Formats: sequence, C-alpha cells, structure tokens
Amino acid sequence: MGEPATNPVLEMTGIRKVFPGVVALDGVDFRLFPGEVHALMGENGAGKSTLIKVLTGVYGIDGGDIRLGGEEVRIAGPLAAQKAGISTVYQEVNLCTNLTVAENIFIGREPRTFGKIRWGAMRKRAAELLQRLDLDLDVSAPLSTYSLAIQQMVAIARAVDISAQVLVLDEPTSSLDASEVEQLFRVMRRLKADGVAILFVSHFLDQVYEISDRLTVLRNGQLIGEYRTAELPQVQLVEKMIGKELATLESLEDKAQQSRTKSAAADPLLRAEGVGRTGAIAPFDLTIHKGEVVGLAGLLGSGRTELARLLFGADRPDQGELSLDGKPVTLRDPQVAMKRGIAFSSENRRTEGIIGDLSVRENIILALQATRGWTRPIPRRKQDEIVDKYIKALQIRPADPERPVRNLSGGNQQKVLLARWLITEPRLLIIDEPTRGIDVGAKAEIQKLVAELSDGGMAVLFVSAELEEVLRLSHKIAVLRDRRLVEELDNTAGVDADRIMQTIASGATS
Amino acid sequence: MTTIDATPPAADQKGAALNRRRRVYRPNTKYIPILATLALLVVMYISGLVNYENFDQPSVIVNLFRDNAVLLAVAVGMTFVILTGGIDLSVGAVISLTTTLAATLLQGGWPPLLVLPLVLLLGALLGAGMGAVIHYFKVEPFIATLAGLFLARGLALFINQNSIPIRDKLWIALSDLRIPLGETTKTTLTAIVALAVVLIAAGVLAWTRFGRNVYAIGGSADSALLMGLPVARTRIAVYTISGFCAALGGVLYTINSTSGHALQGTGTELDAIASCVIGGVLLTGGAGYVFGSLLGVMVFGLITTIINFQGDLNAAWTRIVVGILLFGFIVLQRLVTRRAR
Repeated sequence: MGEPATNPVLEMTGIRKVFPGVVALDGVDFRLFPGEVHALMGENGAGKSTLIKVLTGVYGIDGGDIRLGGEEVRIAGPLAAQKAGISTVYQEVNLCTNLTVAENIFIGREPRTFGKIRWGAMRKRAAELLQRLDLDLDVSAPLSTYSLAIQQMVAIARAVDISAQVLVLDEPTSSLDASEVEQLFRVMRRLKADGVAILFVSHFLDQVYEISDRLTVLRNGQLIGEYRTAELPQVQLVEKMIGKELATLESLEDKAQQSRTKSAAADPLLRAEGVGRTGAIAPFDLTIHKGEVVGLAGLLGSGRTELARLLFGADRPDQGELSLDGKPVTLRDPQVAMKRGIAFSSENRRTEGIIGDLSVRENIILALQATRGWTRPIPRRKQDEIVDKYIKALQIRPADPERPVRNLSGGNQQKVLLARWLITEPRLLIIDEPTRGIDVGAKAEIQKLVAELSDGGMAVLFVSAELEEVLRLSHKIAVLRDRRLVEELDNTAGVDADRIMQTIASGATS
Repeated sequence: MTTIDATPPAADQKGAALNRRRRVYRPNTKYIPILATLALLVVMYISGLVNYENFDQPSVIVNLFRDNAVLLAVAVGMTFVILTGGIDLSVGAVISLTTTLAATLLQGGWPPLLVLPLVLLLGALLGAGMGAVIHYFKVEPFIATLAGLFLARGLALFINQNSIPIRDKLWIALSDLRIPLGETTKTTLTAIVALAVVLIAAGVLAWTRFGRNVYAIGGSADSALLMGLPVARTRIAVYTISGFCAALGGVLYTINSTSGHALQGTGTELDAIASCVIGGVLLTGGAGYVFGSLLGVMVFGLITTIINFQGDLNAAWTRIVVGILLFGFIVLQRLVTRRAR
C-alpha cells in the first residue's frame, strides 16, 4: 500500500462505536492526506455513515482516537468539527433555500459595519468565491432557483470558505445526472489542487474510480483495508465489499444449478421495451415469462428498487413501453398494476409495508380488500378462512391472527407481507429484498416459498442484494450497475457468482 | 478515467450554460404576493374615490394609521414570529393585560414614566418565557402561546373586569398631542409610533445578522442549526419582540382611549395573523416583509373606512371581506411557492 509523502491531516485509529446490541464500528482506522480524494466504501450497514458521524461530531466514540494535524482532538459536535476544520456536505443539502446564494455562503459571518450587513461586499465576495470553483451564478437569486447539484456546490463553497482542511462529501452524487456529476468533480479537483483533503462516499463504482486517489473498505463495522484506487481492480473491490470469497460462493452454485435448470419456454407475461425513468434508471428491456423467477442483482443504489417500482406503477416511466400478455399497458399507479395481477412487496417492510398496530389478519387482508374497494367489505368468516390458510401455509408464528404485527419477528412480518400479496393471487409477484434482516431459517422458508410459487405458474421478480440467493432461485438474472441494466444472464452452467461480480464490477458484457 | 486537472474550456462553457438553464424562475417572484396586496389597496382606494365624496382627503389615509396603530404594532411583532415559521396567539391577551395593568397602576398613582417601561418589559418577558418553552421543550408554538393567551387574559380579568379610566396628566397629554403633517392634516402620536416600529423592524430584518437569522430559521431550522446560527437565541428573541410589540400595542391603546379594559384586544391575534398573510408573509416561514404586513393592516383599515363611508353597511362585512381575501391570498401563496419548486 502506497503512502503519500506528507503526513496525514486526519488520522483515526482504532475507532469503536457501540449502539445497544450492535457494534457499529470495531477498531476502524482511517487516514486522510492533504490534497487527496479518499473514497469510503462498503455495503449497507458496513459502518460508513457511523464513521462519518463520528468524524463530524454527531456521535461520540467508545474507543480509539482522532488526530487532526497530529494533535489528538475530541469532536464534541458538528460546530466543533467545523471549528476544527472538518466540514461536511450531506446528500440532502443543509442550506436555507429561501435565502440568496450569497447569504447561504455567508450567513452568520456576514461582513458588517456597525452591525449593518454590507450586502454589496457580501455579494462580491460570494461571486469571487464561486468563480474560483468555476461556478457562474447569480448570487442575489434565492438558492431555491438552482438545481440540487448547484445547491450542493454552494454548500461546498460555504464549507471550504469556513475551513478548508477536511471536506466530507456524503453521497453527493446520488441524485445528480451525468453532467452535474462532472461539474461537481471539476469542483472537487480544483479543491484537491488547493490541498483540501476530501472524504468521498458514493455507491457508484465508476465515480469512485474516476475521482478518488485512495479508498478504504469497511464491512460489518470492520476495516477491510486501505488501497490505492488505481491498484485495486473493481472485481476485487466488489469482493471486499460483499465479503464472500469466490471459493465459498462456488460451492453454493452447484446447488443453484441443480434446482433451477428449468428453462423458460412459457409465454411471456410482462415485457418492458426501452422502459426507463430519468434520474432513476436508464432505459432497459426485460421480459418476464409465466412461471419464471427473474432475479435482479446489483449493489446498493444500482437501481434495483427503481426498476421494480417502474414495473409496479409506483413510479411512472418517462419512456419506453410495457406490455402484458402481448398487449400494451400503462401502469398509471399501483392500483392499476394490482388490478392487472401485479403485486409488489416492498423492501422497507417497516415503513412501506407492515402496519404495526393492525393485527396479522388485518394486515393480510389489506391488499385484497383494496382491490375489491372499500364499499364491499370481505365477510369476517371469509377473512378468517383465508388468513388461517395462509398462516398455516407460510408457517407464520405465532399462529395468532389477532396479534398486532408489531410483536412479530422480522421474518414473520415478511411472511405476513407475502401473504398479503399472495391472497390477491397475482400473476407477477415483485419482491424487493424479502430476506433482508431476517434469520437464516426464515430466509430458507421464504426462498422455498418463492420456488414453489414459480412452480405453480406464478412469475416472480426477485430483488436481492445477496448473490447466492439470486443464483439459487432465479431462472434468469438481470444485472444492474450504476442505474443501468448491464446484462441479462440465463442461470445456466456457465453462470456463477464470479461471473455476476465481474459484470457488477466492470459493467462489461464480456 | 479522466485526466486530473486540465479542465477543457469547452466544459467550462457547458457548465455555465448548465447553470443558466437550471434557473427555474425569476427572483422577483418573491414580490408577487406583496405586489398583489398593493394592487388590491390601490383598487380599493380608487373605488372609494369613485364612489364617495371626500374620500380624496389626505386624512383618509393618515387616519388609517391612527385607527390601526395598535394592530400595526402587533402585526410587526407577529411578522417576526411567522417568519421563523411560528405563531403567537397570546398577543391579544398581552394587550388586555397591558392596558388593564397600566390603567390600574396609573389610577393607583404610580409615576407614568415608571409604568410605561414596566408594562413594556412585562410584555417582552412574557414573550421570552413562551419562546424559551417553545425552543427548549420543543412545544408547538400554537400550544405554548395559547397557554400564554389564557394566562395573560386571566391575569387581566383578575386585576379588573371593568373599564378603567386613565386620569394621568402625561397620558392625557400624549393622547391629545397632534402632530401636523403639511397644512391641513394632523395625526396622533400613536400613528407615528406605529410607523416608526414598522421602519425599525424593516431595517432590523433587512440589515442585521439577527434579521437574516430569522429568515434562515424560517427556511429550515435544522439547516440553520447545522450552519452554526444561534437558533435558540433567535427564536426566543422573536417571541420577545412579539410580546414587546403587543405590550406596545396595549400602551398605544391606552393612549388612544385613555382607558384600560381586560376584554380589549380579544381576537387581535387573529387580525394580526390575517394582516401578515394578506401582506404576503408565508405562514410556513422564511418569506415575507414587514412592509407586506403594513399593507395587510392597511387593507383591514381601508375596508372599515369604506364601510363607514357607505354608512348603511353592516360592520360584519369587514370580516366577510377579510375572510374572502385570506382564502385568495393563501391560494396565491401556494401557487407562487409551487412554481418556485
């Protein structure tokens, strides 16, 4: 591992942070040198946000020490961090959009004479500062008149004008389009040349490779390593982030091949041609056949959920065509999709799916009732009948239909959610991350269920971050990367986790 | 992978073009509500000129300030509060407490130069107390100031339920004082004081850090905090100002009427809020001007004036017209802010 000639401006050693029941950071080291862009990499729950919050003083630490310019520091809060020379620009811009651009840069530090703000001087200094960052803005216009990208750069301008030592950019690019990202990168390069140390977090691998000099990988709260970006191939980076040795993955595949050799000779059910939505996912083609399980693989933020939402009408595509049974359809909203036999089980079961205070029965019956309309309530006897059947079929525990769902475990909540969609007898079931955060046993049961459903003729779009799971279940795998469907693979002998990782890492259709 | 720092000039131009293209609306959109109110005032005034004799007297306009001095002072304080995204329901009750207390103390022979600062300080303290509760205990401003309303009104009624005449010499002198404006027109001290409050407030909001912090908190209190602005101090200060302005309104009332009454000021908080909204101050905070609130108060006053000139109209028409205007202006604000998104 190479090391720049200068001393690090920031050095975090053995950082430990414990939340009740979870060790979020376990002895993590992190170094930042002046004039470098350093990417912090890791999947969800790896500890990236926690590390940033420790650095910016939002969280205190339970162990380790932080040195700024060689001096040990205690960062008591965001303001203390700013004073110490660490400025943060978050994904959601923390500025006041009702104020002008100039005010946003200088508020709290306005040039004054006898307490009276010198607006002219303030505007002039703001314009000069932005000019240095290659930005040509009307500094007296309200910030709300500019795009999020520009707002972010104004935030950066404010941050570096206050203290230009360490700049933390937490997912600054997640809602920017390509030209805006390019503009942001120009600003970052300019700052780098001025000696600012930039900590950069992004889910987009291409961006990390384009802008960063070095990177640090975290996984499950632990430091995996610090590397020079140019010396670490993308495949290896993905491996380090996901954390499965290729050898272990290969043993899993054999099983996968055995179980899913069935070919998809059936009729096409849902076909997407050139469907896309600006800012969410690039246009893609995808066909889902009856009885087929299509897996969506890709890293967090690669556009998995975005794609699924388009097929359910939760978001409307702004281009391309969808057809169902060979006839064109417009899925205006989820209700239309439900009427057409498409069901969507959301990835956020807590916020978007399960209603904790309602009982198991009420939660299960919800979607079916919705498709019937509220004027035709399902008779109680019928409800009990259906609910009992599915509690048994899915082995929901405890098997008490009147218990509030809140009191069930994650895996059982997920089964309740599945039951909700299954009783609507969908022809296509879209399940987004059904196995996230549930225990191994429940995971296996849900996987088994998906396989059975597909054997029964139901088409399933299976979205998961876990490659082995996708491999085990899918007939066909669509690989996503940077909000683009880069490859569609039949899950046959040649396809293994290595192959998918290659695609995720490189985007190449080799 | 791109080269490190050689930015091609073409990309610069593209960036600049991008910046310009990204502009969504013209900055003067923020003046639309206030201009609409101004236009409304002009239309109302012209219709008065056309329909009624003597409407062209300068005194018609000057008397607007005299008759609405109390509301004007209160509306200025309310503007500060609403700009931070809050609301102050206690102002009417603070007026009644101020008038009752001032009249009672003066009746009891207290020196007027002691009574005056005392009641103003009391109003400011009440406001500061509510502001502290709102900020430190994260209580909704609506609830905290509602409590303040009950407290102040209750105290006023406890002191005296009846009208209390003021016989103090200074108060009567101030009440009788007429300040000449030009050759024929005169106005009262209260009108001048109210106007001065407007001007000072406008200056504070436009030219001081405190004023800009008020706008910042209204835009996003979380952002303001992260930008290191003194959110606690500012938020308590706006309620203090509102309490002070309400107490000042109470004093102006006692000067105008040389009496105090515990039921005085009932509903004034709602008139003040309505004035701010009609004047283009956004209820969600962060946008609006004191001059807008001034125009809002003038709309109130002009409606009453027209009803007086008409002579045979029920005074309830003031409320009806204000109600309709409020609906209109809230919709207008919604349209303007939606376009700004």
